[in-house]
Amino acid sequence: MAHGAGGKATRRLVDGLFAPLLLGGAAGGLGDAAALDVDGTPLAITTDAFVVTPLAFPGGSIGELAVNGTVNDLAVAGADAVALVASFVLEAGLPSDVLDAEVRAMARAARAAGVPIVGGDTKVVEHGKTDRMYITTSGIGRRISGVTVDPRSVRPGDRILLSGPIGDHGITILLARGELDLEAELRSDTRSVLPLVQAIIKVAGSGIRWMRDPTRGGVATALNELALDCGLGVHLSEDAVPVREEVRGACELLGLDPLHIANEGQFLAVVAPDCADAALGALRAAPGGEGAALVGEIRAEPAAAVLVATAYGGTRIVDMLVGDPLPRIC
Amino acid sequence: MRFVDEFRDPAVITRTCEEIRRLTDPSRHYRFMEVCGGHTHAIYRFGLRDVLPAGIELIHGPGCPVCVLPMGRIDDGLALARDPRVIFAAFGDMMRVPGAHGSPLEHKAGGRDVRIVYSPTDALKLARSNPDRHVMFFAIGFETTAPSTALTLVRAKAEGIRNFSVFCNHVTIIPAIRAILDSPDMRLDAFIGPGHVSTVIGCRPYEWVARDERKPIVISGFEPLDLLQSTVMLLRQLRAGEAKVENQYARVVPWEGNRAALAAMAEVFQLRPYFEWRGLGFISQSALRIRDEYAAWDAERVFDIPGVRVTDPKAAQCGEVLKGVLKPVQCKLFGRECTPERPVGALMVSSEGSCAAYYNYEHRKAAAALAAPA
Repeated sequence: MAHGAGGKATRRLVDGLFAPLLLGGAAGGLGDAAALDVDGTPLAITTDAFVVTPLAFPGGSIGELAVNGTVNDLAVAGADAVALVASFVLEAGLPSDVLDAEVRAMARAARAAGVPIVGGDTKVVEHGKTDRMYITTSGIGRRISGVTVDPRSVRPGDRILLSGPIGDHGITILLARGELDLEAELRSDTRSVLPLVQAIIKVAGSGIRWMRDPTRGGVATALNELALDCGLGVHLSEDAVPVREEVRGACELLGLDPLHIANEGQFLAVVAPDCADAALGALRAAPGGEGAALVGEIRAEPAAAVLVATAYGGTRIVDMLVGDPLPRIC
Repeated sequence: MRFVDEFRDPAVITRTCEEIRRLTDPSRHYRFMEVCGGHTHAIYRFGLRDVLPAGIELIHGPGCPVCVLPMGRIDDGLALARDPRVIFAAFGDMMRVPGAHGSPLEHKAGGRDVRIVYSPTDALKLARSNPDRHVMFFAIGFETTAPSTALTLVRAKAEGIRNFSVFCNHVTIIPAIRAILDSPDMRLDAFIGPGHVSTVIGCRPYEWVARDERKPIVISGFEPLDLLQSTVMLLRQLRAGEAKVENQYARVVPWEGNRAALAAMAEVFQLRPYFEWRGLGFISQSALRIRDEYAAWDAERVFDIPGVRVTDPKAAQCGEVLKGVLKPVQCKLFGRECTPERPVGALMVSSEGSCAAYYNYEHRKAAAALAAPA
């Protein structure tokens, strides 16, 4: 079960099983999308399966996640989505209005992201064999010239940018499950980050070393993967990381770390020091990028680890998430 | 966040750290035990080790209820989950804690009906909405969570809800502190006293620590400033050659405790003659059982409990770490056989356990410091 939560177990599964058998041994450093060259045209391709309870929640639903998630995986690989295909696994007895709403949500999200959905497939399985509906989307994108996203290009001194406040999606889902008797004015951040990625590419171009959308496992897991792949120390200033009051409050209450909470509409970028200011300025000037922040930098030490500086002069190591984040009560 | 940010103000924290440095005798080594797992977690989470002088050593005490629970109790509870009629309900804290045959989460993955609840009343709600099933709440915690279990049982009895029971693993903090102090290899100078537990029991139950054992104890809150202020208070006592109970967390902890909560506990629970603590062994009168009047809701009497006993692997040195004799990293299994993903010993199982906290927040940093050229 822990293998799906986006943390250590997922990484082990990919590096230990999928990469050696399916990817010709290309373990480690797997990005959000694979780069391909087809007759000299630089492309990127990706796929993602979406499973969420409840299907709809404040700020979005599984249909929007399915479109935005794949568009974002392409975007942070430095690619502009060209087309998506979608497949549905539906539980027999799923009310048709639920399916209708999700297909409309997908159409809306695809229009907003400016990418057509050009094909798909549907399977219906027996009642009880699935949790209402699963959606898988695959996308192909054109790699934007002059941008290479590669953790091995990251150097000490590089700066880390974050596109906006973290944890909105994960905490919204937690609250939407209704088990907590907690209420907050909070919405999932699901959106296409492509416009923000384009804004940063325009000013930083080849100064961009690495990008990632911190979905499952949160910012901590994404940055730990970076640390492992580049072998350097990732330094984060805790008080520079934007977190909404509602998210911070829920995390305090439940003993969770916002750095481990999922996001669906943010991305992290590592950029060369000389273009950090311009990149941050471009992000903040773009619609939806107002909350962007410079959150840290890359140093030589500690090797392959993420070190968070607290506001009080202390530091702590932040690891990948192990399994799902579980609330602490006692 | 209101009411919290004041206790995280970097300027005030810097001033308090200066005060700590002023009060510290550089020629002396101080060994303070923070009893509560919540404190351990906060110390690592906020990086407080780094701001304290090197001469102050913080030793992580027995106050993490998940860590001190013997593995056999988890197996006992999960044995009941094999009954398809039973819904096993527990706090999220318990979900990854391994029994000899897997954790509650692994049982859930294997098809058992295991649910995470946020309070025992949620488990009772489950029982109301599933009248054809039996909901068993796996209760853990010190006096912090025991009152809510007690009130839930009072309500279950009043409403006549019969498809609900509690598998009671509640423990009490004072006997654990006594066991630590009675240990021959105990070398502590003072205690940072538990905050949440004391909201219920108050400060009086600690008076013997100061009076008989001559150890200063300061009941502390959980914010960075709380812990640093408590350190200041302990250093002042030690400087003055005093040993008394002080309440740093007075904004939450009443000196006399919470009478309503204590009354609810007295109504429902009585002391067990003895109970096993993981890492510490059997401690007399250290845990709670459900009174006869509530026997119909006591899972240990409603069901046939196998009574599993699992001895911890000999190589795991949890007891020594718990008493502060060894640091987590000095245990032979630490970070090798025993990690947060595959915990062997008690202190690696909860994120509040000293080994897990050390592993999650500290140990790679320590390793990097060792590897770095001086």
